[in-house]
Amino acid sequence: MREWIIGKAGDDVKELTIDAVIGNMEAVTDYINAWLEEIECPVKAQMQIDIAVDEIFSNIARYAYTPEIGEAVIRLETESDPHAAVITFMDRGKAYDPLELKEPDTTLSAEERPIGGLGIFLVKKIMDDVEYAYRDGQNILRIRKKI
Amino acid sequence: MLKIKKETGNGSLTVQLEGRLDTTTAPELEASLRESLTGVTELTLDMAALEYISSAGLRVLLSAQKIMNKQGEMKIINVGEVINEIFEVTGFSDILNIE
Repeated sequence: MREWIIGKAGDDVKELTIDAVIGNMEAVTDYINAWLEEIECPVKAQMQIDIAVDEIFSNIARYAYTPEIGEAVIRLETESDPHAAVITFMDRGKAYDPLELKEPDTTLSAEERPIGGLGIFLVKKIMDDVEYAYRDGQNILRIRKKI
Repeated sequence: MLKIKKETGNGSLTVQLEGRLDTTTAPELEASLRESLTGVTELTLDMAALEYISSAGLRVLLSAQKIMNKQGEMKIINVGEVINEIFEVTGFSDILNIE
């Protein structure tokens, strides 16, 4: 895993701190889409990033702090060479590494398929990189997509 | 945001989806299908105007497929590139009837 140097919010780094609740899903998506347009992200990559954001933020909203409500911090950065969008989700909820989840069996029939367990698997498939770390009481999940 | 437009015929139901089928909107589709599937033997989901689908949406498609396995057929039409890739990587392309 690369170094977990997280930049400060500034000219090149945007940051949103928001209550991790499903009701904020749309606000999060809108915030990220506005940024993706700014950095001229192609439409296909934007849709894939939107899917990943839906999976990750909804997971934090449903599980990180329940039954309490807590905040999530979402940090947006770009990388050059190759040009990539990097989104980091941080929360101070229960320590949880979604990358440890067993991958679902994608060969099962409709009747045999368990409902659920697909979200993070999907994120791994459509992003170029997904990394998790637990640092200083924070879950840190980072996705990278070349754009 | 998701717009759901339904057209019913003789035992058939066509549902046109427009927007995003995600965590926020998947429950709307689930409720909408639940109230309309009784007596339907041919369910068609038209995804021409659907931008993307997340796992919450896949779950709704899976339960609809299970219901239709018992009472008829379900097909999905006009699937775009992004959604098709989601179906492929999750193995849903083998479960669903995609035209």
